[in-house]
Amino acid sequence: MKEINVAQISEAIKDMCIETNHFLSADMRAALDRAEKEEESPLGRQILSKLKDNLQIAGEDHIPICQDTGMAVVFAEIGQEVHVTGGWIEDAINEGVRQGYTEGYLRKSVVSDPIVRKNTGDNTPAVIHYFMVPGDKIKLTFAPKGFGSENMSRVFMLKPADGVEGIKNAVLTAVKDAGPNACPPMVVGVGIGGTFEKCALLAKKALTRAADERAADHFIREMEEELQRKINASGIGPGGLGGTTTAFAVNIETYATHIAGLPVGVNICCHVNRHAVRIL
Amino acid sequence: MDVNIKAPFDAEELKKLKCGDMVYISGTIYVARDAAHKRMQEALDKNEALPMDMNGNGIYYMGPSPAREGRVIGSAGPTTASRMDKYTPRLLDLGLKVMIGKGKRSPEVKEAIVRNGAVYMAAIGGAGALLSKSITASEVIAYEDLGTEAIRKLEVKDFPAIVVIDTTGEDLYIKATEEYRKEV
Ligand code: SF4
Repeated sequence: MKEINVAQISEAIKDMCIETNHFLSADMRAALDRAEKEEESPLGRQILSKLKDNLQIAGEDHIPICQDTGMAVVFAEIGQEVHVTGGWIEDAINEGVRQGYTEGYLRKSVVSDPIVRKNTGDNTPAVIHYFMVPGDKIKLTFAPKGFGSENMSRVFMLKPADGVEGIKNAVLTAVKDAGPNACPPMVVGVGIGGTFEKCALLAKKALTRAADERAADHFIREMEEELQRKINASGIGPGGLGGTTTAFAVNIETYATHIAGLPVGVNICCHVNRHAVRIL
Repeated sequence: MDVNIKAPFDAEELKKLKCGDMVYISGTIYVARDAAHKRMQEALDKNEALPMDMNGNGIYYMGPSPAREGRVIGSAGPTTASRMDKYTPRLLDLGLKVMIGKGKRSPEVKEAIVRNGAVYMAAIGGAGALLSKSITASEVIAYEDLGTEAIRKLEVKDFPAIVVIDTTGEDLYIKATEEYRKEV
């Protein structure tokens, strides 16, 4: 049994809060570079170029890429041979968020209660998804989520007869409704299958996959590529101000489902698609 | 077209703006988002004065990240404007002339824009680090307890924004999306 102290967990989370809000992963930067070359709208190119300047300023001057530094979402994959010592893992993750958002000058955007709406002052609590996995490691994926794009996300409880066309229409509907509100170019996370909550979780997980990494399954991969082409033909463009770059990627994850259902979750993320991983 | 414009805003200057123009704003603008709009609405309902005069002024829909020591402000990009739609026509009728945010507006807001000769502009969403460089001063003037949602007074220099809905009500989101839509 391997022991991992909660202090290591807090430290890793704190680092990732600060890192993800100041630096995008290489795949997101590459997607921006490519889009700037391929975009047909002059205003669109101007916006993409300003987004590149923004990334540079964020990194050099240590200013968050976006002022909405998100609600902290954590995927914690815990090896079943790990023994967490020194406290409760959930407290440790929230302590990491508290330190990261306070010491990193990140915005505190979380209210303690959805009705009363009092700001918690330290961006806690995080939304944490635990998975028990084989092995003796803990893998933490940190993905702060802005709400301009989160608000435009949807779950569609399709029926088996709706089929592949139904899935495609659902994704295109969500993206078109999102339009300029979701700060395009977007990354579109899609979860197909499972249950009501499972498809939403798959869609969220899909956003943590690299923008240039296509699904392993041939059929799903083709669907990702086709949807991206269709989204880019919608005309929405950078900032929603017209153009040929509306999505950097469509990432689809699938799971088994019930004979009577075809759940589809569409989690929309903006061009500030932040994610980082630490393995302890 | 690129246009330099002074804030507070001159109604005649605003009339010349067309959707799609890139504007660079210099002068004083105010910052308010969801919770501040709600409070302003409550103040108006009780016949109380607003924290700032609407007449000729502009509101930037924004909630900044905290400033590091020695800096004016943190990251400072626009938030989604539609969440303010419910409160906006009333403010426009009180003389609000410019709104800066991102995303679509309701038909009611568009009508109030045309009725009052106002303009809705978009700042680049997700470019908060870059946009913070155009802000030279920031002061909380009301509702300090709302934290990032407090009302601020900003001094800006060449703050970049794009005209989305001009005084005639033409909407760039609709126009430009049509222009680049393709059949696949
Ligand atoms: S949608 Fe993304 S880029 Fe836009 S304001 Fe929210 S976090 Fe920032």
